[in-house]
Amino acid sequence: MQLRKWLVEPEFRIERDPEKCIQCGVCVRQCANDVHEYDEEEEVVYSDSTNCVSCHRCATLCPTDAISIRPFPLEFRPNAVWTASTLRNLYKQADIGGVLLTGMGNDQDQPMYWDRMLLNASQVTNPSIDPLREPMELLTYIGRKPDSVQFERIAGQPRMTTQLEPQLQLQVPVMFAAMSYGSISYNASVALAQAAQQVGTFANTGEGGLHKDLREYADHMIVQVASGRFGVDSDYLNTGAAVEIKIGQGAKPGIGGHLPGEKVDAAISATRMIPEGTDALSPAPHHDIYSIEDLRQLIYAIKEAVCYSKPILVKIAAVHNVSAIASGCVRAGADVLVIDGYRGGTGAAPTMVRNNVGIPIEFALAAVDSRLREEGIRHQASLIASGGIRCSADVAKAIALGADAVNIGTAALVAMGCHLCQKCYTGKCNWGIATQDPYLTKRLNPNIATRRLVSLLESWALEIKELMGGMGINAVESLRGNREHLRGLGLTNRELQILGIKAAGE
Amino acid sequence: MNTPSCGGPPGKSMNRRDRGKDIGGCAISGIMAENGELFSGELVMRSIANMRERANGLGGGYAAYGIYPQHKDHYALHVMYESGQDQQTTEQIIQQNCLIHEAEPIPTHPLHVIKQRPLLHRYFVTVKPEQLERYYDLSEDDIMANIVMTINTDVSGGFVFSSGKNMGIFKGVGYPEDIGQFFRVDEYDAYIWIAHGRYPTNTTGWWGGAHPFGLLEWSVVHNGEISSYGINRRYLANFGYYCTLQTDTEVIAYIFDLLLRKHDLPLEVACMAMAPPFWAEIERMAPEQRELARTIRTVYGGALLNGPFSVVVGHSTGMIGFNDRIKLRPMVAARHEDRLYIASEEAAITEICPKPDVTWHAQGGVPIVGKLKNGAEDSAVAQVAG
Repeated sequence: MQLRKWLVEPEFRIERDPEKCIQCGVCVRQCANDVHEYDEEEEVVYSDSTNCVSCHRCATLCPTDAISIRPFPLEFRPNAVWTASTLRNLYKQADIGGVLLTGMGNDQDQPMYWDRMLLNASQVTNPSIDPLREPMELLTYIGRKPDSVQFERIAGQPRMTTQLEPQLQLQVPVMFAAMSYGSISYNASVALAQAAQQVGTFANTGEGGLHKDLREYADHMIVQVASGRFGVDSDYLNTGAAVEIKIGQGAKPGIGGHLPGEKVDAAISATRMIPEGTDALSPAPHHDIYSIEDLRQLIYAIKEAVCYSKPILVKIAAVHNVSAIASGCVRAGADVLVIDGYRGGTGAAPTMVRNNVGIPIEFALAAVDSRLREEGIRHQASLIASGGIRCSADVAKAIALGADAVNIGTAALVAMGCHLCQKCYTGKCNWGIATQDPYLTKRLNPNIATRRLVSLLESWALEIKELMGGMGINAVESLRGNREHLRGLGLTNRELQILGIKAAGE
Repeated sequence: MNTPSCGGPPGKSMNRRDRGKDIGGCAISGIMAENGELFSGELVMRSIANMRERANGLGGGYAAYGIYPQHKDHYALHVMYESGQDQQTTEQIIQQNCLIHEAEPIPTHPLHVIKQRPLLHRYFVTVKPEQLERYYDLSEDDIMANIVMTINTDVSGGFVFSSGKNMGIFKGVGYPEDIGQFFRVDEYDAYIWIAHGRYPTNTTGWWGGAHPFGLLEWSVVHNGEISSYGINRRYLANFGYYCTLQTDTEVIAYIFDLLLRKHDLPLEVACMAMAPPFWAEIERMAPEQRELARTIRTVYGGALLNGPFSVVVGHSTGMIGFNDRIKLRPMVAARHEDRLYIASEEAAITEICPKPDVTWHAQGGVPIVGKLKNGAEDSAVAQVAG
């Protein structure tokens, strides 16, 4: 065993019950962080907690339940200002220098506004509806809608002349957020695509391009154009069901991305259209978008490239002035606007950015929906809320605040097995999700992962239907933007005003 | 009751824009002579009185079409005022925008059960030519609707509760038969009568909150609760309609106005937008019909009325009854010769028409449509003139 050489204590302690451990070595083989080691001479498995990330892979697979992992018991001296995580970060940076990195979404103890909003239900004056006995509709069309539907009268007979612009049909108002092949493994990408197809919703390529073997799912894939333009060509744009221009991401608004060259193997190189082994650097801005009129040009360049046959999504991070930015995007021609709140996940982000930049999706969504309605342009673009949607109740609340649908990233990864250890950026994901190491990626069976994702969306759909039925609503469009069905709990007047909801009891 | 009869419930802001909704059960009844024959309001009073159990004395009202033939080209504004001050403010707005052809108090009959009355006036007006010129991109109806919205949102104690041509709404706090006597409804002759008895569960009696609700030629009586109210209201705000009257019923009147007058949708299509078929049914439709239904649902999601309701809607050339998509409120219809009857209960029809030719229960989401026969409107006017 190595001697510990850090000032910082381990974050976790692994406890192995010697009476249960049979020295089978599963934990040794499963841990990519080299926490467990088998001493052949002594025929004992040792664990060095220093590198443990608490991903639970070893504990979950241990056949005798011999392993438990708990927070390291040596606590720092209590200090409300200089907390344990602050001190650890200081030690780490002093030790190695550089920017602190992290993965997944903001984990800080900031208020969860979803939990401070409560949904309504019918009593007496209005019958609730039982979704097991009555139709209950979640079908949602995403895309630009006209102001009105036009008719011409031929010999007194009305005939519709309006033809809708391209729409995406969602069986469940939940899509998978953009996660690139590169940040997640091929098997994880396949599972997302297959699940989207089975459920009747959409997965999103992220900025990593579309692997040639995933083209068979392309009618349920949104292809992304990000600042690095990886994997983008005319074929790519025309293959997907829709094209998303990524301006920003909730986890790291204002900064770009970096896929280290070590991860760029032959397949990723081919998909991203970059040489093998080179870093894939996405610039912070699109270097052809320095203002809103440039965005308009890119939107229309892509619309031209796809012959106006697909909706164009624009994804922005929820930042302070989000409603004005959103309005500009809609006026620039975006058919769908994706707003990613500050709790959105990522494969890698500077810790300081992730934890301190942006605003909660609840406020951003409410502000944007209200703003677009004030301007009379809400119907011109669908709104997708993203970043920290944890459960079906969050979905229902997001829709009631004004979203047409939501994106889920973290929840989908968790469904596939992710344990939120937040070490995606190390490439050592023991669950085979956020890694390209073939030894690790083969752990994720894409068909099992698909089934789990499908189960997740189907169970959320059932729960949303139950919630809607309770409110006496049988079509999701009657919940959308219907803030009468939300009440705030423990919110200030100002917060209630921004969310556009009443307080509980009002 | 201590609050002024025309004001809102105690503690409410006097700014009426964006007030919440109220909820309750109710009785509704509508009678239409499709041949344009005029008949007295006595009939509909008897019909609605037969459903007294469905009301609780906190609201009753009537809408009548064809009652002002001598003013058939003038908007008949029925206005209620809390005070003389409100009347002054409101009349200033009317005078600025309209030519007033006649103005008078609405004739009433003293009735001791009708308490706390607001001031009730009516004005027969047209929009001033200079206003028509100034708002050259708007129709006279649009300008009139804007004037009504302005008064209802900006004047704290003044409400325009009827604004159509050759029609009028009469309503207040009380049982509908008492409100009918108070407004001397039996002395008017109309080719369409619709009536309402209210059973509110959460608002103090407030004259503005009684049904029918009207905007321009539209009048609506409603039994039920609109669960989609929150989004219907916000959808309408997009198009400049502000809900001012503390009830979900007014969204129905505004949606009719938006879809039929502004968007010029065929009547059946507008009803489809409000109570659309289920997606599963749409999938089974013939291609052209399917495309229509899909487009309407996709574009008009904000106009979908969800929740239990039965409504009767009146307009200058017809009467429409319809139910929510899964029929959570009662509605019966009958025809006898040229007359169409729609009511919450069959008893309200047989009370005034003992042996109808045909009686049926309305289906969820399927409108019952009464239309004035060609030229019948002119003959209705001629009946009076002659």
